[in-house]
Amino acid sequence: MTSVLYDAPGPKARRRNLVFSVVFVALLALLLWWVWQVLDDKGQLEWSLWKPFTTADAWTTYLLPGLADTLKAAALAMVIALPLGAVLGIARMSDHRWVRVPAGAVVEFFRAIPVLLLMLFANEFFARSTGVASADRPLYAVVTGLVLYNASVLAEVVRAGILALPRGQSEAAQAIGLRKSQTMRSILLPQAVTVMLPAIVSQLVVIVKDTALGGVMLGFTELLNSRGTLAANYANVIPSFIVVAVIFIVLNFILTSFASWLEARLRRSKRSTGAVLGTDDVDDLNAAEIGGTRATGADQ
Amino acid sequence: MFDFLSNYDDPSLLGAFWVTVQLTVFSAIGSLIWGTLLAAMRVSPVPLMRGFGTAYVNIVRNIPLTVIIVFTSLGLADIFGVAMGAPDDFELKYFRLAVLGLVAYTAAFVCEAIRSGINTVPVGQAEAARALGLSFSQVLRLVVLPQAFRSVIGPLANVLIALTKNTTVAATIGVAEAAFLMKEMIENEAQTLLIGAVFAFGFVVLTLPTGLFLNWLSKRLAVKR
Amino acid sequence: MKLRKVTAASAAVFALALTATACGGDDGNDSGSSSSGGGEKIKIGIKYDQPGLGLKTPDGYTGFDVDVATYVAKELGYEPDQIEWIETKSADRENALARGDVKLIAATYSITDERKEKVDFAGPYLLAHQDLLVQKDADITEATDLNDKKLCSVTGSTSAQNVKNDFAPDAQLTNRGGYSECLSALQNGQVDALTTDDSILAGYAAQDAYKGKFKLAGLKLSNENYGIGVKKGDTETVNKVNEALEKMVSDGAWQKAVDDNFGPADYKNERAPKVGQIVK
Repeated sequence: MTSVLYDAPGPKARRRNLVFSVVFVALLALLLWWVWQVLDDKGQLEWSLWKPFTTADAWTTYLLPGLADTLKAAALAMVIALPLGAVLGIARMSDHRWVRVPAGAVVEFFRAIPVLLLMLFANEFFARSTGVASADRPLYAVVTGLVLYNASVLAEVVRAGILALPRGQSEAAQAIGLRKSQTMRSILLPQAVTVMLPAIVSQLVVIVKDTALGGVMLGFTELLNSRGTLAANYANVIPSFIVVAVIFIVLNFILTSFASWLEARLRRSKRSTGAVLGTDDVDDLNAAEIGGTRATGADQ
Repeated sequence: MFDFLSNYDDPSLLGAFWVTVQLTVFSAIGSLIWGTLLAAMRVSPVPLMRGFGTAYVNIVRNIPLTVIIVFTSLGLADIFGVAMGAPDDFELKYFRLAVLGLVAYTAAFVCEAIRSGINTVPVGQAEAARALGLSFSQVLRLVVLPQAFRSVIGPLANVLIALTKNTTVAATIGVAEAAFLMKEMIENEAQTLLIGAVFAFGFVVLTLPTGLFLNWLSKRLAVKR
Repeated sequence: MKLRKVTAASAAVFALALTATACGGDDGNDSGSSSSGGGEKIKIGIKYDQPGLGLKTPDGYTGFDVDVATYVAKELGYEPDQIEWIETKSADRENALARGDVKLIAATYSITDERKEKVDFAGPYLLAHQDLLVQKDADITEATDLNDKKLCSVTGSTSAQNVKNDFAPDAQLTNRGGYSECLSALQNGQVDALTTDDSILAGYAAQDAYKGKFKLAGLKLSNENYGIGVKKGDTETVNKVNEALEKMVSDGAWQKAVDDNFGPADYKNERAPKVGQIVK
């Protein structure tokens, strides 16, 4: 792997890197061994604490229903927040003041309020003004809270992506007589989405994790909430947290892997724009958590 | 209607938000430093450092913050006996543990923001710096990072706003910040919505000016190309 | 050209998401229809995570609150299979009743003046006290012993506030997200005691993982009158529930529920409270 930041390592540098690596791995192994020892010492490795996770009961009663709710809320929130975010982002760049200003206000407002409180208010709104069945309401409220917040953030991501495109793109579009809406639809948006994909994916990961807020007050039975119930039953707090953490890591890893595959496909046609510093690796699809990332070196 | 607010003095409403501000400031400083180091690792010449940086970001960023914060108390404090220099002062101990957790989590996002900033610096800059004979750390410190920071103020502002709101998770391990007081009030007053509105307003007051200021700053400092 | 690719890709994501949600939706419907045993249902709010009081287990719901609620529901004309249990978090209890999400709440719900402005209470059906769970060999006999001790309780709970404001302002108090998290601190010697209602503590102490390690200090630091929450103004239901509770005590079912749930925990509970009589 080469990078413009440093020269290719020579024999001396390679030797030094090797020494670094060996020392580092040794230290890491030592640390892990110590962690293992302490855990064992404190009785956290006892089989009785971990055994429930090998039984079907623990999964069918707590973890799988929790996972299903987490996935359901996350998927719905993503599907609604993505287009809504794009619309808000474009609206904020409108030439018309009466479109631009309200869109900006909405984005700034919903970004400023903790998602947990948005969910709380949404829940009350659905209870008072709609006929949503009470069993479904936590899901509706969680999705609404997630959509309001994440659409606002995604709006900023999309806006930043469009602003980062070279002016020549829209100028050329105007020159060949495209209308504003056509320029946006066929020229700017497709490029912006490709450029901002890393930031968008990061935001989708945030959505998956934030479903966990639904269990705090609304009793939405997502994964983290189910973990509490599980730990109360089996009295294994620490193991249950570890298992749930691993599930979240795997879940989000699948999501980011899918996105990187998608990004690779989208980028294939314009190889030249990927001229990025030392970032040809896949893990690269993760830019800033939350939007506003400028162009990732594309089209310089 | 808001009479109940004056019944609370440990913490009071302002006191609780002051703790929120403190959590935010300490965590912001810590995660900026740790996040920059992580970003440096991710673009460094040593393969192992790159591997560590990548693994750290991809693992930490994929775990819900609540779980990380709980690990600082259940894991670090209970099991490994980490007392953060204050074994007999719970208030300080859990405050510091919360900052530690917030730094560990937020740094992953700071790292990625800075890395995308590094990507916006034209290749020619780094090439020219190397042609002058600067070493890796000089290239990074003197040429690339100063330009990168200016272009990522926007994304970093977003991280800061998210961090401000994320401090509410510290209530899970009993740090007496805004969300902690909110839980107390809800338990006592049976007025969930009104109390929620009060705290939502508090967060708008904290985050909106920050966002607007940094937005203005990022426009002012933007590298014109 | 480019747009088509992006559109196709987003369409793929969209379709994936839809299938995912569709599957989820089906699951929900299935479980909903399979458990309905015909006839009208009654929704009752309980806690899912408190052993001995309200606990969700792979074999169904257990605990004293659950048994009381089941008995009351039966008196109101609902068989056990007509009960739909709903988890009501502490923060959402008043609103859940006001919205009509649940008909009754039996979830370690202490009767207080502030709450009585929002909901009506039937009962009380149990008199609990705030107490301490300590190591088996610990020596704490009075509330004043606490001032140089380290305590753990749950964030925002009344018990935590009592410690701080009333009987041990100088104690080191840490608050956590749940009682299980506090037990971990107690087990590892990070705190000297875990404080909340004795009924709740007893349930945890009786779990296999903790059996024989801890004991209740027996301090009776406060009086917690557990009542059954009913929507404000629904006097008819309150009266019916009160009758049911009286009957439950007089026909011995109350004592049986106590023995079943608190017996293994070795919890010396108060005698059955008289309906309407709140011990301050």
